[in-house]
Amino acid sequence: MPPVLQLKGITKAFPGVLANDHIDLELNEGEIHCLLGENGAGKTTLMNILYGLYKPDAGEIYVRGQKAEIENPNDAIQRGIGMVHQHFMLVPVMTVTENVMLGVEEKRNGVFLDRAKVAARIREISHDYGLEVDPDAYIKDLPVGIQQRVEIIKVLYRQADILILDEPTAVLTPQEVEGLFKILRSLVAKGKSLIFITHKLKEVMALADRITVLRLGRTVGTVTPSEVTPERLASMMVGREVNLTVSKKPPKVGDVALEVKDLYVEDERHQVAVRGLSLDVRAGEVLGIAGVQGNGQTQLVYALTGLAPVLSGEIRILGKPVRKPTPRKILELGVGHVPEDRQRHGLILSFPIHDNMVLCTYYQAPFARGINLQEKVIVANAETLAKQFDVRTPNVFVPASSLSGGNQQKVIVAREFSRPIKLLIASQPTRGLDVGSIEYIHSRIIEKRDEGAAVLVVSSELDEILALSDRIAVMYRGQIVDIVPAAQASKEYLGLLMAGISPADAAKSVAPVAAGEVERVF
Amino acid sequence: MAAENLSTKIPSRKRIATGIALLVIGLLMSVFFLPGTETGQTATFGLNLSSSAAILLPDMTLPVQTSLYVLVLIVVFMGAYHMARGIRSPGALFGVVAFCFVAAFLIWATRGRSLSLIGMLTSSLVRATPIALAALCGVISERAAVVNIGIEGIMLIAAEASVVTASLSDSLYIGLMVGILSGALIAALHAWLVIRFKVDQIVSGVAINIFATGTTSFLSSKYLQHQSDLLNNSGTFPIISIPLLSKIPIIGPIFFENNLIVYLMMIIVIVMHIVLYYTPWGLRTRAVGEHPKAADTLGINVYLMRYVNVIVGGMIAGLGGAYFTLGSVGRFDEVMTAGKGFIGLAAMIFGNWNPLGAFTSSLIFGFADSLQVKMQILKVPIPSSILGMAPYIVTMIVLTGLVGQAIPPAADGQPYEK
Repeated sequence: MPPVLQLKGITKAFPGVLANDHIDLELNEGEIHCLLGENGAGKTTLMNILYGLYKPDAGEIYVRGQKAEIENPNDAIQRGIGMVHQHFMLVPVMTVTENVMLGVEEKRNGVFLDRAKVAARIREISHDYGLEVDPDAYIKDLPVGIQQRVEIIKVLYRQADILILDEPTAVLTPQEVEGLFKILRSLVAKGKSLIFITHKLKEVMALADRITVLRLGRTVGTVTPSEVTPERLASMMVGREVNLTVSKKPPKVGDVALEVKDLYVEDERHQVAVRGLSLDVRAGEVLGIAGVQGNGQTQLVYALTGLAPVLSGEIRILGKPVRKPTPRKILELGVGHVPEDRQRHGLILSFPIHDNMVLCTYYQAPFARGINLQEKVIVANAETLAKQFDVRTPNVFVPASSLSGGNQQKVIVAREFSRPIKLLIASQPTRGLDVGSIEYIHSRIIEKRDEGAAVLVVSSELDEILALSDRIAVMYRGQIVDIVPAAQASKEYLGLLMAGISPADAAKSVAPVAAGEVERVF
Repeated sequence: MAAENLSTKIPSRKRIATGIALLVIGLLMSVFFLPGTETGQTATFGLNLSSSAAILLPDMTLPVQTSLYVLVLIVVFMGAYHMARGIRSPGALFGVVAFCFVAAFLIWATRGRSLSLIGMLTSSLVRATPIALAALCGVISERAAVVNIGIEGIMLIAAEASVVTASLSDSLYIGLMVGILSGALIAALHAWLVIRFKVDQIVSGVAINIFATGTTSFLSSKYLQHQSDLLNNSGTFPIISIPLLSKIPIIGPIFFENNLIVYLMMIIVIVMHIVLYYTPWGLRTRAVGEHPKAADTLGINVYLMRYVNVIVGGMIAGLGGAYFTLGSVGRFDEVMTAGKGFIGLAAMIFGNWNPLGAFTSSLIFGFADSLQVKMQILKVPIPSSILGMAPYIVTMIVLTGLVGQAIPPAADGQPYEK
């Protein structure tokens, strides 16, 4: 029997990059095939070609042994290929039913939408595959985990039997990931074939029947999980040996550097996003804030760094109360900020690297004298930092926009870490970065801690929080539900808290772990 | 729960400010309206359009001072209540206060005299018609995420095109068709520029407005004014009374004694509502306006949807343009649209980008317009140039977002890149 899907020699070039270079891929019926690779390895490009969003420059696609020309998503859908996109393709202001039927609407009297019929079919699919969802709910009211189910239902409603899932776990809590895996296994059991795209090694090991690793647009190889170790996969991905664990000494804790009391902050839509939050971070320790995205972490960091006004509550930085904080006031107190959205708050993309390196110090000596910028000093500073922080760039005069995500982040880290900071606030410091850059930035953060800085790390990647933190706080709906020492934190317990289970209930359902047992592989 | 405490605790400053503002409005009402009145004075409001109506309603006669006291008290009470307990819906709050203010103003202006309320409401609908058509054009384009601020220009061109063709052909219907077609044409140009070439939508719209003003004024002064009998004298659509329905008191004369274009406008409101919310086309249109990428991944042709919606919008604006000439005065004057296209956009925003809302808010603007005309007739001691500002002042108040924030389609104004 021929494979359900066969890609042969797929090649796609974008201006300046060869995103896919003669990639081969085979998908058997009833198989979960993981496509593993760093960001920029060409996974998403390959899948977009398969789904008809891009046109390949060369190569052939065979569906069930037959050559297929896939020009647009309609062709893909007709051949039974469905895609669950990394960024959900759902219209927030519409209901589940409306989203599912969009493009293939059922009609009543030939004209009017038949919502009831579609809703009934959705219930059927929900029941068959264990995808519980209310067809009449609005997408914007659903948690991401459920939104993802809607995406899967959308694909099943179109009777796809080849499913592509593009980084589906990026936005989920560990429990939701477990739930998703269960659903995926039941899909396979019912004869569907899956391509699962990810850069997380552990997921691959847990789920895949076969693994194809991509690097820089090329196929490195196809293996089965039993043949390899996570370390081996990582080095296939990155092309060199990678240290997957963050090694760190026990913390030397000093005075309280950041103190937050009963803080309330609004988001941009004037909804209260941080409600009565209190915490403190001491010099020489890393406090990690875990939580599913959208539970007020962004607003907390905005308030701490002066980007959003504080509704009520108190912030003390290095013992000084901060009232009406502005970013500059806070930076001058000795705070470094690695912002969540590096392209929006971290860099001015059209500025050259050397200017980006002095964004918070340009007005001070030695970079300014009076009203004049000291161009030579600024460039020299940038060149030193670029070398010191391993920013890979032809020179420091190119705009920040021309760098890869990892190198952009290194520019920010270089700028913030090169100042004498006593408190570091890092929000999603490694989001979207490849394993190599993650390794580097993590070691730099730990280095800062060891130098005696207080560090507040906010991340929705639980593995990152576990790897970096000395203490872990879980944030849910704008509040800290619990703070635990990292040594005693189990992933399951934290995951339950992230999902909104109360600490007491969560503790009951999870066996306590002994120190040192926590897995640190990411 | 912390959440519940918060809603009463945190925004209290804003609430107190709003409450104080309402108290000040109540105070101003009593300062402005009460001194000129005498005890025992009445104001009479006519509820029949003509004395020959099938069912005659008695006129409404109100005691001036008592009514004013009551209205002021309502406003003051609302202010105090809002400060103390908080009123959840800013729309309701504003609605009641605005109603009280307008009612007080009307009673004050009509004191000792009489005013035909029905006449004023009828002319509100008539004056709302071009605004509503502009708003509907905006709704259907922006639901597909194309901003069209060239509506004013489209209407101007359609007004001129329709009156000239109607005059030449001696047929109002041909004029109407040409008006609609010219609207479609200009909108197609706009769509082509902003969809195919991704020209900034605002820039393209402004260009259309400038082009329209220049061209129509030039043609008007060069040809229309010299041969106005031949080119600029079309006559207007007659008033059609719908049998039975027009006999209903109050509603009948307002809604069912109008000309063709007013009826078409009301039909479009209903049809557009049904299409947008109950047909595949509407679902796809809204999807394209909210999340074009999602629509694209489901095989919907984003560009085609946008083209069609913008062009249909242009046809509706063309109808609105024809209203100025064929539906109203039978003749083209330079820049006769007088900003109605822009007011229509305000009505669209105030109506939250949906057809029924846009229609209702057009009525508010129409009412403001008709109010200022009536006030000039009643010789209210306010200069007519200031009264004439009424619809535009309402526009500005509405656009400040004081009356609740409207939420535009998420992708509104953004070109779609594959």
